[in-house]
Amino acid sequence: MLAFVARRLAVMVATMLALTFVVFTLVNLEPNLRKLALEQNNVRMSQDAVNIWLQEEGYRRPLVVRYGEWLGNAVTGDLGYSTRFRKPVADILPERLGYTGILAFWVMVIMVPGALIIGVLAGMREGSKTDRSLSVLSIATTATPEYVSGIIFTVIFASWLGIFKGVAKAGDVTFVNFTLPVMTMALYGMGYIARMTRASMAEVMTSQYIRTARLKGLSFGAIVVKHALRNALIAPFTVIMLQFPWLLTGVVIVEKLFNYKGFGWVLVEAADNNDIDLLLSCSIVSVAVVIVTQLISDVGYAYLNPRIRVR
Amino acid sequence: MEPLGFFEIWAGVIGRFWPVWLCMAVIMGGSFAFKSRLGLYGRLYDSGVGMIGLGIVLFWVLTAIFPEVIATFGPLEQFASIKRKPPGTIEIETGVAAYFGGDNLGRDLFSRMVHGSTFVLTVAPAATLVAYMVGISLGLPAGYFGRKIDAVLTFIANLVLAFPVILLFYLLVTPGVRETAIPNVMSGVFFAFPIVFFGLLFHSRYYARPRLFAIQMAFTVVIGAWLYAGLVFDADPLGIVSLDPNELNIFAAVVFASSPGVFRIVRGLTMDIKTRDYVAAAQTRGENPWYIMLWEILPNARGPLIVDACLRIGYTTILLGTLGFFGLGLAPESPDWGSMINQTRGFIRIAPTIVLPQTIALAMLVLGLNLLADGLREQSLKD
Repeated sequence: MLAFVARRLAVMVATMLALTFVVFTLVNLEPNLRKLALEQNNVRMSQDAVNIWLQEEGYRRPLVVRYGEWLGNAVTGDLGYSTRFRKPVADILPERLGYTGILAFWVMVIMVPGALIIGVLAGMREGSKTDRSLSVLSIATTATPEYVSGIIFTVIFASWLGIFKGVAKAGDVTFVNFTLPVMTMALYGMGYIARMTRASMAEVMTSQYIRTARLKGLSFGAIVVKHALRNALIAPFTVIMLQFPWLLTGVVIVEKLFNYKGFGWVLVEAADNNDIDLLLSCSIVSVAVVIVTQLISDVGYAYLNPRIRVR
Repeated sequence: MEPLGFFEIWAGVIGRFWPVWLCMAVIMGGSFAFKSRLGLYGRLYDSGVGMIGLGIVLFWVLTAIFPEVIATFGPLEQFASIKRKPPGTIEIETGVAAYFGGDNLGRDLFSRMVHGSTFVLTVAPAATLVAYMVGISLGLPAGYFGRKIDAVLTFIANLVLAFPVILLFYLLVTPGVRETAIPNVMSGVFFAFPIVFFGLLFHSRYYARPRLFAIQMAFTVVIGAWLYAGLVFDADPLGIVSLDPNELNIFAAVVFASSPGVFRIVRGLTMDIKTRDYVAAAQTRGENPWYIMLWEILPNARGPLIVDACLRIGYTTILLGTLGFFGLGLAPESPDWGSMINQTRGFIRIAPTIVLPQTIALAMLVLGLNLLADGLREQSLKD
């Protein structure tokens, strides 16, 4: 197991290096650098002045040298300086990540139990009316991206009914403020987890030991809760862990939609303004989230399911 | 003039869609009558969910074919009298009703929604198709040969998949990137895959029959080169196929984002199917590996791939909407649904219905594709 984790960590580091280099190359494309120069100084700057500024600021040195320099700084904890916010990146990111963390926490708290309950209810009697209607419902939620459901919710709950606000203020955890963004994000992911849980539950319900339990004369409730549930929840665990990367994309959309100034908002700002250091740090964070959740899901899966032995 | 009432609006809208209803009746009625002879497609008519999904998808496909007939106005025509007005307002100059109201610049939302379907329903299936060619051409050898080639390709696929989609689009679909050669290089690589794919497909089976093979190869190369010139270099000698630089950029980015997913599925299916007896039989006969991959394994993987393609077209539709929502790549006046959502969502307080046509259209199409995929899965499992 330890060797497996170590190998995964090595792949993870290689992935990180490759991806940050790609991001670094893309943000340092010539048009992007020129845009940055114009934004940082004077929009009506001449071409020569742009070249001189880029030369002076050190943007004209070889790409690999600058990447190495950035990498060295990043490893020692210096993430650089944000040209958009005019502050060190290390001052901006933790605060914004905290806001997004609160949002993501509530999304998970609503989404995971909701999805598991729907999935188990649908999967325990495959083909029943409950199963059919819940399945169609979960298809409908996965088919509605955040920018569609979020807007429809805003129209219904903020414009017509006036219960919630159409914008969400960062860090203000109240029912009025948080319901719409959390609901929007939870609903999109819920359908997918519910369908995976349903499939796994339906499979478990047809297995031999469930038949044995039934023949022993156990009640249906006891079979589902005591025998089926534990095995049926192994597969959804992986799916839930893999929802984090999805959540990340969802966070960017929802934060823009509700003007919630968290990590997603920072990412959009950084990308719009070609803020090199900030964008690189944002990509490290998001790539790390993806890779770490992959690792946890692999290790956790092997841990939960003793039948799987990792080489 | 008095605005239209609720029922008048819907009666008018349903009336405008007459070519769609007509074609749907012909296609679905005809298919229903001969469903027993139509294989998997015919069996779709036995599942309620699948039929509803097929109906929705067909509705939008037909709408995308006849936007000129259905829409009441052009997508870019502006009228001061319907600016931010609720559904059913009559446009004064022409006396034609704006069924779903007007947007923030006084353009008819109904007409824009109808015209927007064309963009989505050309780019999403086309990008998915190219992504499939890329995914199949790389996934088959990765799954079949394994070892080094598999390790390298899987690492690359995982690299792309580890990128959050939004970040990828923010980096790849920008005016800055369009000034460089990156979109052309990327699409140049991606559009080469269909040519390679068909070349291998014909070569592995028909190379022993030189005359037939020559005809097939000539067709592949001529059509491939024609599309390639038109799409990648925007230099189609006949002037039929052309793609704006920003559309090319979007196309390349979308293919790039979705081909690793296809690669993974094809690789997994190949690894599963290559242990079957008929593959062993072909190997014993001494067949070429590419013949085994393309003519033995691929046809037997078609069920899951068709289902996945439906889901993936839906996902690509969502991606295109996301691009529009973030204002990336597409021209601001383009009537695609994502850009429409982005532009109108600021006016929800003034006219709440202003965002509804495009959001509901998008959700409806994706829902239709998902239901269709579910129906196909259900029916293909019955074998």
